Amino acid sequence: MNYLDEFRDGALGQKLLHRIQQAVRPEKSYRFMEFCGGHTHALFRYGIPDLLPANVSMIHGPGCPVCVLPMARVDQAIALARLPGVILCSYGDMLRVPGARGVSLLKARAEGADVRMVYAVSDAVALAQQFPDRDVIFFAIGFETTTPPTALALQQARALGLTNFSVFCNHVLTPPAMEAILSGIPAAEPGLDGLVGPAHVSTVVGTAPYVPIAQRWHLPIVVAGFEPLDVLQALLQLIIQVNEGRAEVENQYTRAVRPNGNPKAQQVVNEVFEIRSQFEWRGLGGLADSALKIRDIFSPWDAEKRFKTTIPRGKENPACDCPDVLRGMKSPKDCKLFGAPCTPDHPMGACMVSSEGACAAHYRYRSET
Amino acid sequence: MSLDWTHGKVEMAHGGGGRAMTQLIDALFLPAFDNAVLSARNDQAVLPAPCQKLVVATDSHVISPLFFPGGDIGSLAVHGSLNDLALAGARPRYLTAAFILEEGFPLADLKRIAASMARAAQEAGVSIVTGDTKVVERGKADGVFITTTCVGEMLDDQSRGVTQIRPGDQILLSGTLGDHGMAVMSLREGLQFDSDLMSDTQSLHGLIEAMIVAVPDIHCMRDPTRGGVAAVLNEIASQTQLGIRLEEKAIPVNPAVQGACDLFGLDPLFVANEGKLLAFCPPEQTAYLLATMRSHPQGEQAALIGEVSADYPGQVSMRTTLGGLRRVDWLSGDPLPRIC
Ligand code: SF4
Repeated sequence: MNYLDEFRDGALGQKLLHRIQQAVRPEKSYRFMEFCGGHTHALFRYGIPDLLPANVSMIHGPGCPVCVLPMARVDQAIALARLPGVILCSYGDMLRVPGARGVSLLKARAEGADVRMVYAVSDAVALAQQFPDRDVIFFAIGFETTTPPTALALQQARALGLTNFSVFCNHVLTPPAMEAILSGIPAAEPGLDGLVGPAHVSTVVGTAPYVPIAQRWHLPIVVAGFEPLDVLQALLQLIIQVNEGRAEVENQYTRAVRPNGNPKAQQVVNEVFEIRSQFEWRGLGGLADSALKIRDIFSPWDAEKRFKTTIPRGKENPACDCPDVLRGMKSPKDCKLFGAPCTPDHPMGACMVSSEGACAAHYRYRSET
Repeated sequence: MSLDWTHGKVEMAHGGGGRAMTQLIDALFLPAFDNAVLSARNDQAVLPAPCQKLVVATDSHVISPLFFPGGDIGSLAVHGSLNDLALAGARPRYLTAAFILEEGFPLADLKRIAASMARAAQEAGVSIVTGDTKVVERGKADGVFITTTCVGEMLDDQSRGVTQIRPGDQILLSGTLGDHGMAVMSLREGLQFDSDLMSDTQSLHGLIEAMIVAVPDIHCMRDPTRGGVAAVLNEIASQTQLGIRLEEKAIPVNPAVQGACDLFGLDPLFVANEGKLLAFCPPEQTAYLLATMRSHPQGEQAALIGEVSADYPGQVSMRTTLGGLRRVDWLSGDPLPRIC
């Protein structure tokens, strides 16, 4: 038996659902946000929203790496890919995100740019070694989970003296995005009653960074794994905290997350990256200290410093509600483009691309019942 | 000069129609596929006609890597068109094979592939009766591409196919999901991981024949290859405008496959299979058909995984292990590992 089976077990799931039913107070309503796209995916993948009591609602957060990258960064990646001699590598989903005028990296590839899908940054390093006369650029995206491998790759490139490898850095940070969401809720809107905290991100950063957030906003936060029973357990813990008027950081995902995270990984990241004073997020706007940039000692491997590109000024599709979806202000189904013409086959916005995107999760798993 | 089977490479001349090509055919394909029709060395095969209706199926095979745990492009090329044919309720008899070889391809690998095709054909009791070889310049192909065509005869007069599917039909799956796709993915660059993953590539006609003899009334059979079970069922749902409901806990998946899928955030429903089938069966005959499948070596892990209904036309949905209901949509593009 697979060890994960116990986190998907139907009978155990029913028990947890029953406990949730008993814990909720009928007069209360519970609005919880799952920060991570991985949780959004798990909720829909297992049909959980329909199984929850009617007064428990889930609001999707911005934790989808592909979704939060604004169009200008996509366009810049496309411009890099089009430079002569360049091989641009990225994770698969990133290739499908539409940039200005609907041009994605995949389209750029069809038009002749050398764009390659990789499963890990180490593949890009290997490509650079394989093609010494080409410039291999890794289009790095993601929250704290994907940052350590990028840092290691940069260290490796420096150790090897690999001059034809560089990174276009778009790594972003979770806590500032949480703060932005919480401070951005208009007074007229109902607030959030709790937050399902990130799974994989927390294995790196730990639970400590969420403590000031829980205190400032008087908000219970439960860090949870990506399995369905993890999510149910976390929801139960959140409900109990709400009922008791507590606002603490709890760790449901103890099998992978320590309070201080993974200090080794944090150290590698610190050696290579520093805080970027300003970074533009799709939906959340420009946020101070919310992203990472490559330290000066690694400048030779920083694609932003090495290559000059001119980016065509593109406008986001005004009909796409991704910004509101990412802030939790709208549900994907509120978007006029949802389902037609925007589908995973023809995404009009970033949230319809990756399986972690709220629109894609709604579209792929929504049942007609 | 004889061919060097250890260090030799495919050269342009091997497809040029001259002496080198004859030499390759004589030294490799004729002995490997060994049968009288092929050895007559004609450009076509003249065959005794079977008395039943003829069935023909053709399939092209491109795969990277060419060799994977549980099989290679050779066995896959035989099983591919053979299964396509057998699923109509037919018995395969003859195969043709056309090779497109890339200049520089190692002859040793070609020999391995030919031997594997020969073995697969022999196990299935079919002969490779005619073929063709072309060589393209280096860089214009990925090692070897193989197209096979299978000819066979209908086992009975029953018509089966998507149009025969009715509301109430039950859906049987012949074994575990995702074995082929994950075995191949495990070898792709950057994804190497130790595992017991093994492709399920196999010829299914033995199982199919047993099923048809037991329940001639099977409405439709399909193999969930590229795009997995999700793709086949969505195709059927949209074609018939019927609804399909799956039961997640009934779907058999090997623990190693599930583990690999979990690692990459993939879903076995979308992963390719090369030796499994789905059968649509009238409900009153399901128990007997399932028992028949389970008593056959290729169907030991067969399971009843869902049913067809008139509700929710065109939709495939699934009752999850937790009891929730979710839609099973087509996949967009290739299955991709998650980033988050
Ligand atoms: S449905 Fe498409 S267009 Fe609408 S918000 Fe989602 S991604 Fe944007």
